[in-house]
Parts: sequence; structure tokens; C-alpha cells
Amino acid sequence: MPLTLERRMEPSRTANILVPILSVLLALVAGGVLLWLVGVNPIETYKAMLHGAFGSAYAISETLVRATPLMLTGLAVSVAFRMLFWNIGAEGQLAMGAFAASGVALFLPKLVPGISAWWLLPAMLVGGFVGGALWALIPAMLKAFLSVNEIITTLMLNYVAILWIQYLYYGPWKDPLGFGFPGTAPFVDAAWLPRLKDTAWLPQLFNTGRLHWGLALAIVAAFVVWLILGRTRWGYEIKIIGENPRAARYAGISIVRNILLVMILSGGLAGLAGFVQVAGISHRLQQGIAVGDGYTAIIIAWLARLNPFGVLLVALLMAALFVGGDQIQISMGLPAAMAGVLQGAILFFVLGGNFFTQYRIRWTSRQAAVIGHQ
Amino acid sequence: MTSLPLAVEMRGITKVFPGVMANENVDLEVRAGEIHALLGENGAGKSTLMNILAGLYRQEAGEVWLHGQLAQIHSPSDAIRLGVGMVHQHFKLVDSQTVAENVILGLKQPAFRLDMKRTAREIKELGQRYKMAVDPDAYIWQLGVGEQQRVEILKTLYRNADILILDEPTAVLTPQESEELGHTLRRMVQEPATRGHAGNKAVIFITHKLDEVVRFSDRVTVLRGGKVEATLDTAGSSKADLARLMVGRTVVFQVAKPPFQSHVTPELRQEVLFAVKDLHALNDKGLPALNGVSLEVHAGEILGIAGVAGNGQRELAQSITGLRKATKGQVLVRCGGIQGVLKEVTNHTPHQIIDDGLSYVPANRLGTGLAGNLPISSNLILKDYRKEPLSRGPFLDRTSIGRFAERLIGAFQISTPSAERPVRLLSGGNLQKVILAREITAGKAMLVAVNPTRGLDVGATESVQRTLLEQRAQGAGVLLVSEDLDELLAICDRIAVMYEGRVMGVMPAQDANRDEMGLMMAGEHIQPEA
Repeated sequence: MPLTLERRMEPSRTANILVPILSVLLALVAGGVLLWLVGVNPIETYKAMLHGAFGSAYAISETLVRATPLMLTGLAVSVAFRMLFWNIGAEGQLAMGAFAASGVALFLPKLVPGISAWWLLPAMLVGGFVGGALWALIPAMLKAFLSVNEIITTLMLNYVAILWIQYLYYGPWKDPLGFGFPGTAPFVDAAWLPRLKDTAWLPQLFNTGRLHWGLALAIVAAFVVWLILGRTRWGYEIKIIGENPRAARYAGISIVRNILLVMILSGGLAGLAGFVQVAGISHRLQQGIAVGDGYTAIIIAWLARLNPFGVLLVALLMAALFVGGDQIQISMGLPAAMAGVLQGAILFFVLGGNFFTQYRIRWTSRQAAVIGHQ
Repeated sequence: MTSLPLAVEMRGITKVFPGVMANENVDLEVRAGEIHALLGENGAGKSTLMNILAGLYRQEAGEVWLHGQLAQIHSPSDAIRLGVGMVHQHFKLVDSQTVAENVILGLKQPAFRLDMKRTAREIKELGQRYKMAVDPDAYIWQLGVGEQQRVEILKTLYRNADILILDEPTAVLTPQESEELGHTLRRMVQEPATRGHAGNKAVIFITHKLDEVVRFSDRVTVLRGGKVEATLDTAGSSKADLARLMVGRTVVFQVAKPPFQSHVTPELRQEVLFAVKDLHALNDKGLPALNGVSLEVHAGEILGIAGVAGNGQRELAQSITGLRKATKGQVLVRCGGIQGVLKEVTNHTPHQIIDDGLSYVPANRLGTGLAGNLPISSNLILKDYRKEPLSRGPFLDRTSIGRFAERLIGAFQISTPSAERPVRLLSGGNLQKVILAREITAGKAMLVAVNPTRGLDVGATESVQRTLLEQRAQGAGVLLVSEDLDELLAICDRIAVMYEGRVMGVMPAQDANRDEMGLMMAGEHIQPEA
């Protein structure tokens, strides 16, 4: 084979910044060709998307609302990926977090009548975290003690979790006053995450829309993850395991212990995304909680190169793509799949570009290729 | 015997890898109908030479003649077409497929329809002819190592190989299986060659075990340092001769081994710093790798472990450092340095043993010792990051880490523009300096080092050896595993020779005799016990 791949010694800084930008542009061009083939004006479509996502205070608020669970699940996945634990189960962990937070919201006020939001919301938050963490602990223990492949177990447990919450809101937890609508009874007011527009001391900027304090939670979570990974002994251990498990073992780092701890954090963060969705948006457990954010999170984590602040940014862009995509369905009459195609194109190009920041392709003579084989 | 036609003739073969002359002007003649042993230490160039014959490498110079004809072997398929088959040390079989499927894998015939029944029958017949019973319908994963090797051999026979190469075929076999293999090979060379060539099939096997050479082969070629030392009739040569040829008699280069310094008193030198007693352990394949090893390392001493790779040295180092479970026996470590007490740490965690002050320089620098993509500083703190001042409570102290890294980089003259560069960008010598710097700083006078100078240039080698000698001068106890006899003779106080998981003998370095060591390395008992 005259073509050989060579790992670059050090990916250059400019390439690291330039390549993703160039990739997104190329993706837009490729998507544009598709749009043009479908018979719409690509420029107009992109404009409409941009407007839909960022064109008004309300649009921005919707984009941020959409971004919040993506941020949390993106962080969840990137923490696990740092250690090369392939947690594909953020979706299920989100569902279990939503389940646990809903359970607290539905039943705690009955036990403690008149409970204030100051107690109920933190209890739901802890519930959401614990729900996701315990769910993630199942594949973590299987991996740590029995070496069961976590990709399979985390993925399969997603279906279990999603069907479990469906069973609840179609069955025992269904609102008897809900006219047959699949969902629990609405939470008491104390279980609602306050909206930013209802928060008096914030500037007028946020005086519209559904944007709630979950966004702040996601930003704090990113900061905490950054602190753990970059500044603590634990984060150092996670990085060593992720880079070279054998070196970690050699340095006396317990891989079993770290798998369990990291998955508690990862599952907990995904569980928080579930909490945010039920407490901030739906105010009940119902259909439409688990809509694939746990899978989009994988894309986000990779595009952000597992950097927590990068996750915030990429989640925001993904959310814009979702919200803008919804918008072009309405304003341009395009099929919903078109937004999906654009997302796919962007991912394809960015990951492809990423490859070229780390490798280069070289033509080599046969002789050299044979030596390279050694 | 001399009337036998030549099956293989390699003339003036030279093969260069970056920085290494793997084969230098090698001549090899293998007669049709003979079992030819290729004997040499690790890195003598045996496998390289055979990989050239099998088409995996191209030589820089030299010719290969097969059955009297100049052969152009550009690829493994060329080699197979010309009747050369190779059984590699690591089998190239597909676990999830059957024996028959593996045997026909890669064949160009038949082009369309696979008649697996016929193939299975043919394999069965082939197996019966050579007395190698294998079930053609069994899956590879169901087979033991010995059976898998038989499949590999059948694969070459099915392709009508007239020249069979086996790379260390007995390394994975039990003694009984080895014996059987010997019979199989004998049967092969009694079969006539195909393709109308004169004479019988020929077998070449690579080994470093003298015993096998004597038992199985008709003739033997000894390689050393990429060159042919001699080709002999096995019947007319003694094990001692072969051992001498294999180990060689190069001039021992001398890193000045200073006499013990004054602060390491003779009394101190009586103190055992760490030891193993009757240690047993299994290798990665679950076979016994250590069969009752007992050794003591004293203060101010470098104890060398000589031996051909794969005789339990790696497992010994791993068992001492807690990375491999000992199945029997004891590991003892003097916690808290020379003033401490000797306590048993058998099967403690690596973390506990690090805390007890035992340092470890593993054989595979980037594979085990370092996290390649992380900065040099992160790698320098790998053993010390749990301690103050590098971390306070749960947090790392980045200022202290920076200072710590700069100090070690300066003290060990690690050449790098910055402590934040990924460690994998360093040269081999500097990688080793990073590991040594870390281990010596972390440790309390106990060090296990495996092949610390392998692959390093002369300057880096000397710097590593000097560091070990400095540790010794300060009263440290060092267990040095090395495949380089010259190195062991130069810097060790005592040398133990390991063979098949046992210590064949321990001798003071100044009395060590290279011939005897060579024999012990090849499994011969010289002295009952030392």
C-alpha cells in the first residue's frame, strides 16, 4: 500500500482551532448542496435557521432551554469517556434521574405537607442525581468486577429505563384527572424550577421564555467537572487511566474504584438532566423526557474533545441546530429530517477534520511501507 | 549427508532497521530433508532472517536461493507460492472460525464454491499422515495452544510447503507437547518435497534452548549480534560449545564500578532490603512462570538477573511490585528504608508496595511506565502525587508540581524545552530518565529495574547505569533484570541466572564465567545450589 497514515507529533494549535471551523463551513456547504437539490434556497434556509435559534430573546431562551439537558448529558458522557469508559447510557440515566426527581416531587409533599421550594427542589435535585448514579452503577459494577462490556450494558439499560418510566406514567403514576393523557399529575408549585423571567433581580434581557435555573446548574456542573478533572488528585487518576490503564495500575491507582466513582458522577450528571427536564419544563413525568439527548451527548462530548467548557459551547450549537431545524420546518416547509441531515453532515465533517489534526496521509514507496510495518 | 541437495540458500543477507543492523552479511544453508536449528539470544537476528525468507521483510542486500533457483520473495504470498511456510510465535488464527476455515483462509482456490467437506477430509488425512490429530470442525477458541500450533503447521502443509519455519515453537508448549512436535518435524523431513524438487522437505526452527537443538536438529546455525557465528553438525557439537557461540566473548566494557563507599558499612551490606521466598506465579496465559524463586537483595547491592527473555524475569518483577498475583511463596520488603523492618507484602496492592518504598522501572517504558500523551510533569508525579506538597487534600498543588518537575528535569538532565510537553515526544534515553528520576525520588532505597538500558544509545545507557551505581553507593538495593550479560557483569555485585521460572544459580559477578552463565541460561545445571 503506497498510502500510509502517520500520527502527527504534535497537532498544531492553529490547526486545532481552524480545522473545526473549516469543517463546520464545509458541512454547511455540503448541506447547502442537498438543500439546493431539494429545491430550496440554502442561504435563505440557513438564515431562517439562524433566526429561529437566535433571532429574538424568545428564540435565544428556547435555544438555551434546549441546550441545558444536552450540556448535562454531554458532561456526563465526557467524564466517563475521559477514563475510556464508554457510557452510552446517558439516555437511560437521564430517564432514571427524571423518575427519581418526579418521585420526590410527587410523594415528598404528601409526607411533608406545605414543604417549601427551598427544601423540595434540592431534594429533587439529589434524587435526580442519585437516580442516574445508581442506574449507572449497574454497568459500572458489571465492568469493574466481571469485565462485562459496558457499551452493551449501558445501551441495553437505556431501554429498560425508558420503558420503566413509560410504565409509570401510563400505569400506576398516571394522573387520574389527566383525561387519559400519558403523564403523572402536575408537580406542586414548590417543585417547579423558577424561570429566569420570574427572577426579579435579573436584567430585563431574560424577561421572556421558558428559560429556567437549570441552565445555571449546567454551568456550575461544567465548572465542577473542570475542577475535578484539572485540579484534583481524582481527576489526575482518571486521566492516567484514560491515557494508559497499565501505567495507572503500575502507579497503584485502583481501576475498579475509579470505574465505580466515575460512573456515579457520570450517571449523576445525566440524572440531573432528567431532573432539569421534569422540574424546569414538563413539571410532571410524561412522554418526551427521553428524546435522545443521551445519544446526542456522545456527539457533543467528542466534538468538545471532552473539555467541560467545550461541552457547554457545543451543546449550545447543537441546541441551535435543533431549534433552528424546527423553525425551518415551519417557515420553509422542509421535512424534519432535513435538520437531522445537517446535523449529520456537521458531525461527519468535524470528526473527519479531527482525524486530520492528528494524522497525516503520506505517499510512500513500497520499500518504506515494508519497513514501516516493523 | 553432504550429498543432500540444498533447500534454502541465503547469501550475504543484510537487513537494517532504523538504528539497528538486524542481519549483517548472513549466509545460511539448509539442506533438503534436515531439521535445521537457528540458535541465538534475543535480538540476535533469527526472526528477522526468517521473516525475510517468509516474505515479511525485504533484505537490503543479499540473495535467497530456493532449491537451487534464485528466488524473488516480495511478499508472504510469494513465499507461500515458492513453498515456504512459517509458523509464527504468535499464531495468526481466527478464533471464531473452525480449523478447516482457518486452513483455507487466504487461499485463492477455489475461486467460487467452497467445498468444506472436502477440505475437512483433506485436513484430516493430512493430520493422520503426520500424526497430528486435529478435528477440522473444531473452533480455534476451543483448542489448546499445542493444538493451535498444529493447525498452523497443517496450514503450511496444506499449502504444500517444502520449507517449514517455526519461530520458537516450544515457547508455549508443555514438555510432552514439545516432544510430540519433535516427532512431527522428523516425520516432515522424511516426506519428499513437492513441486518436483529434489530431496525431502526441510524444517528450520528458531530457538534459544540448547536442549532442543540437541534433541531435534540435524544441523545448527548460531547467530549472534546479527552475524553468523558458525554452522555445525549437531551430532558433533557439545552444549558448552553452542552456549559459548551463542553468548560470545565480546570485550566487557567497564563502567567503573566503584568500591563500596564509606557510609555503606559492611554491616549494612548484610541487611536484606527485600526478598522473595519460594515464589510461584502464573504468566498471562495461566501457565506457571515462576516455580519457586528465592532471592535476597541487600543494602548497597545490585543483584542482576540474567536469562533469556520469557523465563520468568518479567513475572518476578511484577510479583514483587504487586502487579501480578503470587500463587505461592512470599515477598518481603523492608518498609521505611534501612532502619525499617522486613515485613511480608505478598499480594499487597501496587499502591501499598509503593508506599512501602519499593520503586519499579518497568521494561516497557511507554507501555507501562508512562502515560505518553500527558505532560512530562504529570508523568514525573505518578508515584508521588498523593503526597504533600504535590497535593493538599483532594487538590493537586500545581505550583509545587511545577517546581518538583523542574527540579527533577534539572537533576536528571532530561532534555526538554518544557515540563508541559507530552512525554512521548522525548527520546528513549530521556523517557528512561523521566522514569528513573521519578522512581528514585519516590523510593526509599529499593528498586526493581527491568531492562532499563534496552534500546538506548551508548550515552544514555551509561547515564542509566551510573544512576543505578549511585543508588547502590547510597545504600540502595537494586534488582536489575537484564538480557545484556555485559551490562550485568559490569555493574552487578551478584548475578542470578533464571531459566523456566527457576533460579539456576547465583554467583558473585567477579567470579562469573560467561560460558557457565550461557549454559545456565539455556537450562543446564552447573552447580547444585548457590
